[in-house]
Amino acid sequence: MASTTEPLPLQASHSGTQRPRPWLEAGWGWRAGAALIAICVAAPVATLVWLAGMGDAGHWSHLIRYVLPEALTNTILLLAGVGVLVASLGTGAAWLVTAYTFPTSRILSWALLLPLAVPTYIVAFAYLDVLHPIGPVQSLIRNLLGYASPRDFRLPDLRSMTGAIFLLGFVLYPYVYLSTRVMFATQAANLIEAGRILGLSSRGVFLRVALPLARPAIIVGLSLALLETLNDIGASEFLGVQTLTVSIYSTWITRSDLAGAAQIALAMLGLVVVLIMAERRGRRRQRYSNTQRMRPMQARRLEGGPALLAMALGWLPIVVGFVVPVMYLASETAKHLHLTGGVSEQLWQSGLNTVRISLLATIVVVLCGLIVTWAARGARPGRPARIAGLCARASTMGYALPGTVLAIALLTPINGLDHALSWLRQSLTGMSPGLILMGSSTALIAAYTIRFLAISIGSLESGLARIPPSLEQASRLLGESPTGTFRRVHLPLLRPAIGASALLVFVDTMKELPATLLLRPVNFDTLATWLYAEAARGTYEEGAVAALAIVLAGLLPVILLARHQLKSGH
Amino acid sequence: MHVKPSRMTLLRAFAAAGLTFLAAGANATEVNLYTTREPKLIQPLLDDFTQDTGIKVNTVFIKDGLLERVKAEGEKSPADVLMAVDIGNLVDLVQGGVTQAVSSKTLEDVIPANLRDPEGQWYALSLRDRIAYVAKDLDINTLTYESFADPKWKGKVCIRSGQHPYNTGLISAMIAHDGLEATEKWLRGVKANLARKAAGGDRDVARDILGGICDVGIANAYYVGHMKNAQPGTDARKWGDAIKVIRPTFQNGKSRGTHVNISGASVAKHAPHKAEAIQLLEYLVSEKAQSKYANANYEYPVRAGVKLDPVVASFGPLVVDPLPLAEIAKNRKLASQLVDKVGFDN
Repeated sequence: MASTTEPLPLQASHSGTQRPRPWLEAGWGWRAGAALIAICVAAPVATLVWLAGMGDAGHWSHLIRYVLPEALTNTILLLAGVGVLVASLGTGAAWLVTAYTFPTSRILSWALLLPLAVPTYIVAFAYLDVLHPIGPVQSLIRNLLGYASPRDFRLPDLRSMTGAIFLLGFVLYPYVYLSTRVMFATQAANLIEAGRILGLSSRGVFLRVALPLARPAIIVGLSLALLETLNDIGASEFLGVQTLTVSIYSTWITRSDLAGAAQIALAMLGLVVVLIMAERRGRRRQRYSNTQRMRPMQARRLEGGPALLAMALGWLPIVVGFVVPVMYLASETAKHLHLTGGVSEQLWQSGLNTVRISLLATIVVVLCGLIVTWAARGARPGRPARIAGLCARASTMGYALPGTVLAIALLTPINGLDHALSWLRQSLTGMSPGLILMGSSTALIAAYTIRFLAISIGSLESGLARIPPSLEQASRLLGESPTGTFRRVHLPLLRPAIGASALLVFVDTMKELPATLLLRPVNFDTLATWLYAEAARGTYEEGAVAALAIVLAGLLPVILLARHQLKSGH
Repeated sequence: MHVKPSRMTLLRAFAAAGLTFLAAGANATEVNLYTTREPKLIQPLLDDFTQDTGIKVNTVFIKDGLLERVKAEGEKSPADVLMAVDIGNLVDLVQGGVTQAVSSKTLEDVIPANLRDPEGQWYALSLRDRIAYVAKDLDINTLTYESFADPKWKGKVCIRSGQHPYNTGLISAMIAHDGLEATEKWLRGVKANLARKAAGGDRDVARDILGGICDVGIANAYYVGHMKNAQPGTDARKWGDAIKVIRPTFQNGKSRGTHVNISGASVAKHAPHKAEAIQLLEYLVSEKAQSKYANANYEYPVRAGVKLDPVVASFGPLVVDPLPLAEIAKNRKLASQLVDKVGFDN
């Protein structure tokens, strides 16, 4: 899918031969900010290195003999499967609703984002029940086929690699859909119409124009989806897929070998970094900015059979990734409410906590993302901004680590800072305070920021890349300062990207579980920890209420995100 | 370079976000409980404690990383009581140096010596026997743990991940009883008998028995109490009603007991409220609290003479495997490596 493409005419006109002028580089203040942020993100990685160094390599012979071959194979299979599924579902769906109009296509264009509101662990938990031999689907099939007992007839068990690929693919495709849809809607019009005029078939337009053009967008979405897959622990645990992340867990938890776990986590991080660098290298000579006015492409109207087919194809991912799990959760919730007559006070409180802390974290993440991407723009080898470019790459590392590993690695730096603050306050005021960061939600916000910065950087970078350098050059020539240019030219143009990244970060923060579980203060629950607690004590019925609440709370931002994207696409 | 408004705005927003919830100071009449055990089931006990003593209990439920968190918080850690649901976890806390030895006549009188640390670093609060769930219509009444490897169960056995502490605990006990080699052979046998992947939770065993996926499985006993006591018509009740319980024993002559893990607690090394912490532990082994453990959580009480829930009582008397818990904790790493070696979870 990452094919090397001939530069398109539009790329050639702005291609890499044209080096950015020095004035395109951000001031030192921005770069210092970016460096500070990068250091914060690097702090947990440094802790991991330190932890890894504490252990010996003794367990590697065990790992290499018995664990890694299987774990690595499983991980690669899972990533490949999920990758193919999300790329084809996401890009296909985006093309479908951009290139064609058919009944419900307008609804589809935002509804396709809905699965974003459903965390992977909830989808796994819902489908295990729905597709269980005693669940509704198999019971119905048995009834239709005339079998009395599940002992006589059963479908294959969902707990398998295929099951995991299927479930993860159908909830993670919106990442790819989102980025490619924006790309198709805003960028592709001229070229696609040119392709059509020059006699390309619909297929040809898609394969030879749209797809190569969408490559950076596909990669952005794909990398988010794959990192989420790689670091998933909940769904893998439910479905019994032994990935590298699962082996990190058993090394740490069951064998109490934190150093060993840190070593595996670092090796995995190294692998991710190499892959991401290779991909960026692969398209470093390509530029995708477009000076022409953004406008949507002319969609083709479908009728009759093709329209029905398009509807079926378009609605399938929504039904699988959203409608079925939500209907399941709703029916479980209804059963529960019927039995108990209400939801507990704590659930409301958890909901409030979730929204509050997610909002705060979103603001911080987006601000940090802006600083980092602005400082790093125009970064090229051999220029001062290159350091800022490295900072930007470093700032995305948090997303490449499993949530719990990140949280564990954050404990040391956060508590170090906390003790320093406490010492400072004691020497200034004479009072001996407790731990301020860990005792409040500040540690959580730091963790969310470090974890989700990659999301905002990714979408802000691609937003910046779409703003032609000539605009900045013009603004500077007309006498505007760099910061003024940022405020008056880029910030307004970046608004869609800022909005999109804010909403994505908000939804992801709301769903975040492992770091929240480890770093929260006493008596503080979010919906995710509440759900986890329900699941941990095996009362799944009440878990459904919390799960539904997470999905519902995520729904509004997802719909906003969708409308937003739709608007920016027109 | 002068600061432009936009940068000021950014900075201000940063500061505001960073300084938003700052915590209040410590309270003299409270105790902070860090627990790997989900606290809601023991919440009624904690509420009773607060009512009786006026000491407020603040809880935080931490699944993985309790040790790492308390370690990192160091001497300023607000943690008073550390609670865990696996002997291995408790021993890790002790070895990680975040607990302290406390002595209390009440605790020593109530808790049998094999269920507490000789120095008082940890105390068991309840017992959790790991038992067999069996399809209700199956005509068997006794089982040994070893017999789960019997080829007659091929494709009929369900169990959660071998790496889960409940299972590594059982495998550790097996290593202590039968030796490493025999345990490896046994584990391969069980693996060959699995009806599905070793995944999910303990209750899934009952659900999968109802779903016809398997006939027998290994899981903890208190889940049966929850399921069989659930309201009629709920899924949980249907699962519970599909199974009966057999308490397996180890085959060898020395032991005629069932494998038991514990939930337990330690007093944190830097506990700011040490007296209250001990008071809480003492409360948790009181007649009243232990009865709640038994009747609301369906766990086996550590205190003798506490009346059991009727469902749990129907399993018959619990004969605990006399193997010391410390021995089980010791073999845990070997057990985990065996699970990898035979590819139990693959």
